[in-house]
Amino acid sequence: MAKILVFAELHGTHVKGVTLEILGKLAGHTVEVAAIGTIPGEATADLAKFGAAKIHSLKGSNLDHYSPEGYANALHGFIQTGNYDYVFAGATSLGKDLFPRLATKFDAGMVSEVTNFIMEGDKFSGTRPLFAGKCFAKVELLGPKPYFVTVRPNALGMNANPTAAAGVIGESAVDANAIRAMIKEIVKGTSEKLDLTEANIIVSGGRAMKEAANFKILEDMANVIGATVGASRAAVDSGFAPHAMQVGQTGKTVAPSLYIACGISGAIQHLAGMRTSKVIVAINSDPDAPIFTKADYGIVGDLFQIVPLLTQEFKNLLGK
Amino acid sequence: MNIFVCVKQVPDTETKIVPSADGSFIETSSIKWIMNPYDEFAVEQALLVQAANAGSTVTVVRVGSTKDTEALRTAMAMGADDAFLVEALDNLDSYSIAKALKGAIEKSGKKPDLIFTGKQAIDDDCLQVPQILATMMDIPSVSVVVGYEGSTTDATVKREIEGGALEVYGVSLPALFSCNKGLNTPRYASLPGIMKAKKKPLTTLSLADAGVSDADRRVKYSNFQLPPEKPPGKKFDATDAAKMGAIVKEVVGLLRTEAKVI
Repeated sequence: MAKILVFAELHGTHVKGVTLEILGKLAGHTVEVAAIGTIPGEATADLAKFGAAKIHSLKGSNLDHYSPEGYANALHGFIQTGNYDYVFAGATSLGKDLFPRLATKFDAGMVSEVTNFIMEGDKFSGTRPLFAGKCFAKVELLGPKPYFVTVRPNALGMNANPTAAAGVIGESAVDANAIRAMIKEIVKGTSEKLDLTEANIIVSGGRAMKEAANFKILEDMANVIGATVGASRAAVDSGFAPHAMQVGQTGKTVAPSLYIACGISGAIQHLAGMRTSKVIVAINSDPDAPIFTKADYGIVGDLFQIVPLLTQEFKNLLGK
Repeated sequence: MNIFVCVKQVPDTETKIVPSADGSFIETSSIKWIMNPYDEFAVEQALLVQAANAGSTVTVVRVGSTKDTEALRTAMAMGADDAFLVEALDNLDSYSIAKALKGAIEKSGKKPDLIFTGKQAIDDDCLQVPQILATMMDIPSVSVVVGYEGSTTDATVKREIEGGALEVYGVSLPALFSCNKGLNTPRYASLPGIMKAKKKPLTTLSLADAGVSDADRRVKYSNFQLPPEKPPGKKFDATDAAKMGAIVKEVVGLLRTEAKVI
């Protein structure tokens, strides 16, 4: 059997959802988990529940914060010692940055951001979007092992009936070695909400929002339903929202369970970035807007009237 | 300073992508090619650093097909001094591309002080090449950079992470930085710039010249196909203010009972 490691990312006392999605998908395999630093009790309980046989807490100096070289050096040593065949992680900011470096230290291959995969015996094959989701392809790994894979958050979904495993906790000393790109400071973002790429619900605004101040009505709705606010390229280019909020081919590709598009016409590059959302609601005054071809529920009308009504209706439904 | 910029040529964002008949890649015959949008920020940053450090050169490197050399000519029209093209198919994997870029940089005979790239190419969206290249060359690098201040020996850069938060890094040069939108405002190529670019040196190399063979492929792609089409959804006409409330109520109800997402 292939020896599999999942690199877990922690968020406060919890494990990031994508780590558990990967573990759930690997049910039936013996899977070990590694994370940098001390792993809180809640996190270890979840990891065991989703099938982690062993949980490695990796400790060493200069690993309090992420740094590309520090993390790559530390994990390189640990993976080498453990002789793993496959190493998985979420395609988060950290995973996307770290894994190509780690794979290259082994002269090994990596596939980025699969939306699904199977392990047939020891052989991995995955599916991943290209051209921001305008098409999909099958991906397989070649060359020397270990093989590295990152998985898009929210794409696999949570395994509703995970197979629990022992979750034996162990500590390993790792070495960050020389770090030439050293982190000096972390500047917090304006929003404490989940990043667009990890959000379960997204409320997005387009050019028809008319001005930045009008995003307030989207924020209001987002607060009620626990959503993160996004924007189309047209809205970002018009200065209504920062680029960090942009959904689409030159922004973020997202896969929430609910995407509410407000005043977004649906340019091909925007549709590419959000079409894998499970349920899409579109509000637009133009009945012929392309966004309606992708919407599960389309509402033709004035967003400035409809959005506040929706917010009120969500409040009633959720008892807020 | 010897400044390098790695660029990729990708289909325009408005392009409709069609898988090739055998599913091995996409139809490339009728595509309008552009410089990868994130690479424009890399070219601009290289030119800004060059302007601040007299005597510096900016060399652009690209791996890909020779259908046209739009990306390299655009970079030189913006102001880059010379260019290297490693001829290859457009469906190489990240590892092979990074190794070819490294080979081309070495062939230039110049030792890089700085390498700028886009944060990701919008064709395969792997976000791998910059980190692979830096690791292969054993130089530090920071990806998704939205702020840059530097001297000839080091740089302070801002990397964008989740939720618009920033990590600030101090980095010793030589180093590689992959650039994101927001770092700068790329200049347009002027008409004289475009004319001049035609006379700037463009050296063409083969993959073998750059030290890359089939054995370097690490990822095999196959079965290119379009995403499954969604069945048509439900559409409501809420242009009549009298009906608006009832429609909103119905949609919210459907989100709970039918779609089960709220």
